Amino acid sequence: MALSKRRRTQVLRVVQYVVLVAVVVALALLIDWQQVRRGFLDADAAARLFPGVILTGLKNTVIYAALGFAVGLALGLVLALMRMSSVGPYRWLATAYIEFFRGVPALLVFIAFGFGVPLAFQLRFDTYSTVALSLGLVGAAYMAETIRAGIQAVPKGQVEAARSLGMPAGMALFTIVIPQAFRIILPPLTNELILLTKDSSLVYLLGVARDEYELTKIGREALNVSPNLTPILVAGLCYLIITIPLSQLSRYLERRTGGKRISSPESAGLEVKA
Amino acid sequence: MSVLVEISDLRKSFGPLQVLRGIDLTVSRGEVVCVIGPSGSGKSTLLRCVNLLEEPTSGRVVVGGVELTDPDVDIDAARRRIGMVFQQFNLFSHLSVLDNLTIAQRKVLRRGRAEAERVARENLARVGLAEKVDAMPGQLSGGQQQRVAIARSLSMAPELMLFDEPTSALDPELVGDVLGVMRQLADDGMTMMVVTHEMQFAREVADRVLFMDGGVIVEQGPADQVIGAPRHERTRTFLARVLDPTHHGPGDPAS
Repeated sequence: MALSKRRRTQVLRVVQYVVLVAVVVALALLIDWQQVRRGFLDADAAARLFPGVILTGLKNTVIYAALGFAVGLALGLVLALMRMSSVGPYRWLATAYIEFFRGVPALLVFIAFGFGVPLAFQLRFDTYSTVALSLGLVGAAYMAETIRAGIQAVPKGQVEAARSLGMPAGMALFTIVIPQAFRIILPPLTNELILLTKDSSLVYLLGVARDEYELTKIGREALNVSPNLTPILVAGLCYLIITIPLSQLSRYLERRTGGKRISSPESAGLEVKA
Repeated sequence: MSVLVEISDLRKSFGPLQVLRGIDLTVSRGEVVCVIGPSGSGKSTLLRCVNLLEEPTSGRVVVGGVELTDPDVDIDAARRRIGMVFQQFNLFSHLSVLDNLTIAQRKVLRRGRAEAERVARENLARVGLAEKVDAMPGQLSGGQQQRVAIARSLSMAPELMLFDEPTSALDPELVGDVLGVMRQLADDGMTMMVVTHEMQFAREVADRVLFMDGGVIVEQGPADQVIGAPRHERTRTFLARVLDPTHHGPGDPAS
């Protein structure tokens, strides 16, 4: 067989497509479409979910995710700065925090904030505060590491230039370094927002009022009166309405910042020491 | 001529490595001092100690009557009067050229927007880049970025300008524009300390040339003397390598 390398690649490509099509066809034949239609695609059951699934579920999911992200971003920034601090106890505290909240399932944090903290401190948060704090505390641990990486990716020369213009350290950090760091980490931060959107489904653990339901809770409640699983499908599709545009945004930002990003190389400071 | 920079017994170590081993130097107002020497001789570290980007291990640095090495000095106030130009330009890459020139004026000197922009445009015109006011740094050539960086420093109206190998990162054909701006600045009477490998520039513009090696000033004097007729063997070896690099192989005894 004296196939040229190019020819061999072409043949291999065709084989791959054939296999792919075969798998799809096999799956389509194996699935009992009758059952699926009855189990998931019940138009009447789906119609009964509206408009609540949008006006309450989608709305609250977006609100919970946004609140959690805001708390997480603010706390994450503080933690990132603490981790890079020259003060030992700040670093230890931040490291301990990050290790703890990254290692513990978000589910447990929700239970702690929904039931544990109110018991321990004799104070009762409303649902929105509970969710914002739970999601925020977990998100902050992840975001802190992302933010720290972003800050460290900004060339050292940027700080030196700012300081040599007479800017105090804090001003240089907030006007020069952090804006550039956030440009670098926009794509991973968008990912974090998507994760929080999905984690907001943990609200189902808390006893919440009907107008505080988010998508998963609405889907599960509807299951009680639905003869089939259609509500779950509808809820799932609603998540995609939120997350797919966010993914697109993330990809767009990645392209934009990746293409246009101007990296000035490491400053002369290091080679002086060489 | 009054003294602007006074450095006495300046020492700097990075761990066990002694980079500066007792530097004494005074620079008068309006003087242009070029610092030359092999890499690792401590010349960039010396410059970076003048605005305390590097913290000296010991010794005194006084600029305009203010002792920068005093632990209680307001270092930010002191740095406002000292401009610095870096090898890698270090323009703020997220800001337009105009914002690069106005941000410190506005936030540090608390100038109003209109005044800051007027000063910025003046200084951009001074470096020949008035039309680049709205460009982003990444859209400029290296030579243009370095001229913007010079204009950024000048916008703070410094008394002293430090240049740390300002043309070393540039393509050869872009070096001339930057040196031209620096020559103009020198003619206008700016006090300048320039770490450079551009011997022609040092010869034509410097009032005084310092040759550094091994963390000390080996010799100094007028450019014609230090570059034209060096007294020390180390200076001669260095200059021979820089001015005539192809005639010195790796087996050179002085290396």
